[in-house]
Amino acid sequence: MSARPGSLARNLDGTPVSAVEAGRRAFRRKQSGRSVLISLASTIVIGFLVWLTVVNTPGWALVQQSFFDPKVGWNYLPAVLLGLWLNIRILFFAAIGVAIFATLIAIIRSLRSPVFFPLRVIVTVYTDLFRGMPLIIVLYLVGFGIPALGIFPRIAPEVLGTIALILTYSAYVSEVLRAGMEAVHPSQRLAARSLGLTHAQTLRLVVLPQGVRKVLPALVNDFVSMQKDVGLVSVLGAIDAVRAAQIAESETYNFTPYVVAGLLFVVISWPLIRLTDWLSARARAREQIGGTV
Amino acid sequence: MSAASAPEREPVLRVAGLYKNFGDTAVLRGIDLTIDQHQVVVAIGASGSGKSTLLKSINLLERIDDGQIFLKGEEISDPRINVDSTRARIGVVFQQFNLFPHLSVLDNVTLASRKVHGVDRAEAEATALQWLERIGLRDKVRDYPDRLSGGQQQRVAIIRAIVSNPELLLLDEITSALDPLLVGEVLDLVAELKAAGSTILMTTHEMQFARRVADQVIFLHGGVIVEQAPPAELFDNPQHPATKEYLARVHTA
Repeated sequence: MSARPGSLARNLDGTPVSAVEAGRRAFRRKQSGRSVLISLASTIVIGFLVWLTVVNTPGWALVQQSFFDPKVGWNYLPAVLLGLWLNIRILFFAAIGVAIFATLIAIIRSLRSPVFFPLRVIVTVYTDLFRGMPLIIVLYLVGFGIPALGIFPRIAPEVLGTIALILTYSAYVSEVLRAGMEAVHPSQRLAARSLGLTHAQTLRLVVLPQGVRKVLPALVNDFVSMQKDVGLVSVLGAIDAVRAAQIAESETYNFTPYVVAGLLFVVISWPLIRLTDWLSARARAREQIGGTV
Repeated sequence: MSAASAPEREPVLRVAGLYKNFGDTAVLRGIDLTIDQHQVVVAIGASGSGKSTLLKSINLLERIDDGQIFLKGEEISDPRINVDSTRARIGVVFQQFNLFPHLSVLDNVTLASRKVHGVDRAEAEATALQWLERIGLRDKVRDYPDRLSGGQQQRVAIIRAIVSNPELLLLDEITSALDPLLVGEVLDLVAELKAAGSTILMTTHEMQFARRVADQVIFLHGGVIVEQAPPAELFDNPQHPATKEYLARVHTA
């Protein structure tokens, strides 16, 4: 428990703490104050050194002009933002698709019955194939291959891009989910089955919730990774943030729009990254009451 | 208190005015306790009376809110002390054994000797084997913990805690997770350690055993030690109404 601010710390019953405890709290305050100061000082020094090094490189003036031109960045911000809106929509549908598809695959891979052997073989081949294949090749195959079949009416490139993303990322995410499900102790299945829950109910109500919790950081990691890979749908001609930046670059011969797009991707992923850190810290605190080691 | 302990000798453990809160709940509210060398102190009390928290605080697993803890005269509640080397001087056995499932019995027992105390492997294993021989698990040393019964696991955990000669041994309800038939073999080992001169603070629900090995029994209630006495006195003639009530309920259970 941290010391309360103010010089007169009190116990829960209102009596002031002993001189020894007051001394300990003062010592800890001093220690934490000192570590804040040290980290602040070292951050400033290192930041200054990095800045000095970059600014003193021979090509800095040119780089600053073509990558960090505030005027170009501001002019093309609306176009890039509009593109980013497409990225967000693709991400939204792809995430839902991956969640459903990956869960299905994970469940199929964990089925033990011999009846499902062919199904297991198919999903195993699928995960092996799509985890190995570069996303950009999947994008080309889906984006240009499916329309070439000529059986569907014209499909928008962003839709095809979403399908390619779902295909690739489901392969990864299903493996993460499977690892999580297998990490749930077998006694949990026993307990659930002993209550009369069916195999499916056990999976849905007991194993999956615990398994997902165990692999939450890995899942968010995949989500963030997918979020920036959404930018690759630009190769199919969809006008997303990357494509918008590319168009801007071809008009101005200035790379600042790329930097703007890149920063925007960072900005939209940041809250989620912080959220997972917070979630896993909370889960840890809850599962380990007290006990600071 | 045993008359043999010389008055000038430093007690192994001295706790003075220990307070510990969890949020707005006061769990320990002023614990004073002294344990001399070779003494066995048994803490009894209902669940939630603060027994486990007391042990965790002594092992520096909980940051205390007030008071002081001394190990052989050195204040270990001082934030400037080295926590790890202090813990290395205290042996702890948990209710749930907490053996490392990825290590063999022998490696479980020798891990701290080798990695913390810097004993070389051959020597650490020789010592460990002597102990494991003594508790009749010589033929299990290459097995992994999940191949052992609960009683065997807990005895290995005890050996793991004492193999590096800790100055103080903390045993936290070490038989609560065992089935009754296995309790005996674990408690016999504790009695053996007492005979060998270990200094022990343990919590337990086994009143018969407390009566058998304890030099002092302390009864915790509402975060304070309401009664402390030698076992015969405390069990046969409890003074405090809370002690009486607790013992009556334990005996009828």
